Amino acid sequence: MKARVHVTLKNGVLDPQGRAIAHALGTLGFDGVKDVRQGKFIELDLGETDKAKAKAAVDQMCAKLLANTVIENYTIDLVD
Amino acid sequence: MKAAIVVFPGSNRELDAKVALAKAIGSEPIMVWHRDTELPKVDLVLVPGGFSYGDYLRTGAIAAHSPVLREVKARAEKGMAVIGICNGFQIITEAGMLPGVLLRNSHLKFVCRNVHLKVATTQNMFTQRYTKDQVLSVPVAHHDGNYFVDEKGLGEIEANDQVAFRYCAPDGTVAMEHNPNGSLRNIAGIFNRTKNVLGMMPHPENAIDPLQGSTDGFALFQGMVEALS
Repeated sequence: MKARVHVTLKNGVLDPQGRAIAHALGTLGFDGVKDVRQGKFIELDLGETDKAKAKAAVDQMCAKLLANTVIENYTIDLVD
Repeated sequence: MKAAIVVFPGSNRELDAKVALAKAIGSEPIMVWHRDTELPKVDLVLVPGGFSYGDYLRTGAIAAHSPVLREVKARAEKGMAVIGICNGFQIITEAGMLPGVLLRNSHLKFVCRNVHLKVATTQNMFTQRYTKDQVLSVPVAHHDGNYFVDEKGLGEIEANDQVAFRYCAPDGTVAMEHNPNGSLRNIAGIFNRTKNVLGMMPHPENAIDPLQGSTDGFALFQGMVEALS
């Protein structure tokens, strides 16, 4: 089973990289981009076959290492 | 007094820190490799600057979970003194030894130059040799020094006198234009609540000899040695 983790900055945390991307898109002529927030995508290949157990384990991984919950949120998607 | 310096793959200021500590103590500190789970009995642990683990995932995040850091954290909770400089600040913050986090510099550039620091408090073992509001000249060299903490955390830090240094003008004025990285309230260094742990982005170990252009950082090492001897 694979776990796909998205780590994103919380609302209110300044994202200068996202802002730089938005600026670059503007200079390329892509109008109408109101805001850009940059995050991380992490894919884990798991040996676990039980979905509930896998979800609980990945949740712990996120809280301990993959995300810094002071500034980041995370979402977990499990894919067979 | 005995001190140890923790070394990770990618640390690069450990020898500068060693020179500074040796000069203040009069004997060499012990160098501890990150895989060592046994930390020698020491009064102070210094976590040096650099790019531990190539800054993978987040700066300091991987080093923060190494066996030796777990031991450093456990001892700090019992009162041992710990100082984290630059990447060391990022590591001990990621380890939860200090509140908040170091974000990418707001202007997105690596900054390497001398800055001025205002000593915010002297009621602790680290900055006791300085006078309150004294202005120091010390270099910074980092890409992720933009200190951030939520509003509640910031309130607690200020209320408990946990700010050690703020970026300032040569005359001591604390304003955004003298802030090299966008950190909240110009914070350059903070203590934990019990003030046995200090994290700071600037490099006092690179301001200990006239050849380096400033000796303002040396009193920090002298202060620690005096307090712990």
